[in-house]
Amino acid sequence: MKKELSAEEIIQSFKDTFKKDVMKSRVEHYHVGPKKTEIKQIWMTVNKTAYKDMVKHLMSIDKDAHFAVSSGYDIEDTIDIVHHFSIYHGKRGHELSINLTTPLPKTDPTIDTISDLIPGALIAEREKQEMLGIKVIDIPKDKRVFISDDFPEDMYPWRKDEKNADSMGRNLHDPVKKEVTPKLKPKKKAVKKGGDDE
Amino acid sequence: MKAETIEKTTYTIPVGPIHPALKEPVMFEFEIDGERIVDADVYLGHVHRTVEWTGMRRNPIQILYLAERICGICSYCHPMSFALAVERIAGIEIPERADYLRVVHAELERICSHVLWAGVAAHEIGFDTVLFLSWQIREKALDLTEYLTGNRVTKGISMIGGVRRDITKRMYPKVNETMEFFKESFEKMRKIFLEDKTFKLRSQQCGVLTKKEALDLCAVGPTTRASGVKKDVRLDQPYFAFGELDFDYVTPDVLTGEVNGDVYDRIIVRLLEVKQSVELIEQCMDRLSGIPEGEIVAEPKIAKLLNQLKKIEGENIGRMEAPRGEVIHYVKMTGQEHPYSWKVRAPTYNNILPWIPMLKGEQIADIPIVAASTDPCMSCTNRVGIVKQGKRTELTKERLHQLSVEKTRRLMQ
Repeated sequence: MKKELSAEEIIQSFKDTFKKDVMKSRVEHYHVGPKKTEIKQIWMTVNKTAYKDMVKHLMSIDKDAHFAVSSGYDIEDTIDIVHHFSIYHGKRGHELSINLTTPLPKTDPTIDTISDLIPGALIAEREKQEMLGIKVIDIPKDKRVFISDDFPEDMYPWRKDEKNADSMGRNLHDPVKKEVTPKLKPKKKAVKKGGDDE
Repeated sequence: MKAETIEKTTYTIPVGPIHPALKEPVMFEFEIDGERIVDADVYLGHVHRTVEWTGMRRNPIQILYLAERICGICSYCHPMSFALAVERIAGIEIPERADYLRVVHAELERICSHVLWAGVAAHEIGFDTVLFLSWQIREKALDLTEYLTGNRVTKGISMIGGVRRDITKRMYPKVNETMEFFKESFEKMRKIFLEDKTFKLRSQQCGVLTKKEALDLCAVGPTTRASGVKKDVRLDQPYFAFGELDFDYVTPDVLTGEVNGDVYDRIIVRLLEVKQSVELIEQCMDRLSGIPEGEIVAEPKIAKLLNQLKKIEGENIGRMEAPRGEVIHYVKMTGQEHPYSWKVRAPTYNNILPWIPMLKGEQIADIPIVAASTDPCMSCTNRVGIVKQGKRTELTKERLHQLSVEKTRRLMQ
């Protein structure tokens, strides 16, 4: 069995293999429970072109790497997809969470599929396509998953730019940002002119 | 159309979006050859309620109550996963007592969920007396939930930085009494579910998910543990006070010495987990008696807490082992009142794809028990449509259920 790597060693191995494609990295430490047991999480921002190879690399570190889900949001000109993985499950307290963020430019919001490596990633990839308007290249099943087929094209619920789907929400109040509804002008009353109607 | 072009050895049955074995609308399309399922496909999204969209327009305290409503059974796991993520971003320290109280509520929820599932599984194979027996046991768990939280379903106990209500000394006897009741009932349940001939006939070698398939398809919870994968967030990456408690992974080989990954193994895992949850609650009650009452939340003033949360920036994940498996919430805060991004991943999301290998090769009458064996978090109603060579007929809930019951009777003869 392969030697278990520490969080720092994993980041180093990614940096050694992918050099500049690892744009940012950090290890976060938390203390949980009454005895303040330390747990660690790895966060890396990586180049989308190297993403698939990075997943392969992760699977070479632990062949049973677990893919939980992808999250995502758009911020200015990019759509950031955060892929949540975990490795080393099966031994008490050994599991490490690995979160890979891939910024995709809105001009070319494409990313390679990893469904061929991890078939369980399919639903997450389909969801990101319909919720954020990205394109997953070579996705095995290119259909909507949660949003119905009659929902308008080019409108994505999680987006915060002009492609958002806020106009599709009805009867929703917004306590955070209240919309000011213009007051209706009172209609002018028709003035009766004496004797005209007779 | 020419006669030869419509010759077909298989036909398709769409099951759902409204279906008896599923507690929430979802649609399957089964390719059937006679009684056997050749292929299966799943369609989701019939009850997408835009919870995440709504959450991104609410403050973190409001989201706790919104998250409770994601699932009626996991109404504790979702808000707590969200709370874990926010606490990590804000660097909030949890009082020791709250860590143990959080475990008690999480495990009580697991008991409620697993015993409810046991009843549903019995119903699916036509064993309704066991359904009533299981739910009678579950009623005690609900009563205790009500006693401890004030509510039976949406518990309203979660809070960022702790919990909202303490378990005081005068409540201990009721908790202990209920745990004793579960221990007595466990033996009865074990005998029925694991030794009864009917259960064995319908669940052994049925709906098999191999270890490789479970790993490839990222299955979680009892579904993956029944296939022999040791994966449990409580142990893998502890949270709350789980790191300090004495327990281990539950896989079917603990009891039988082998792993088959069938429906029977999923029953074993869930039953043993009920027993494990009772033990965990007892351990917590022991520890709680040694910790002074009172301090159960990091910041008791909600307005002050909200003010603090308004200023936090960063991203994090909150993971928990819900009754059905790993729940994960991703939260990104940007110094505003509401999160910039919030993603919820419930366990059923990952347990959908494993249905396909489980159902392939099984019979139509096995659909309800196999689909139910992953304990899908879905609501049910009552209709199934059959399309046979373009001609649509309808198979009612009663008919599908009847097919399942008939199969049980056939096997018993």
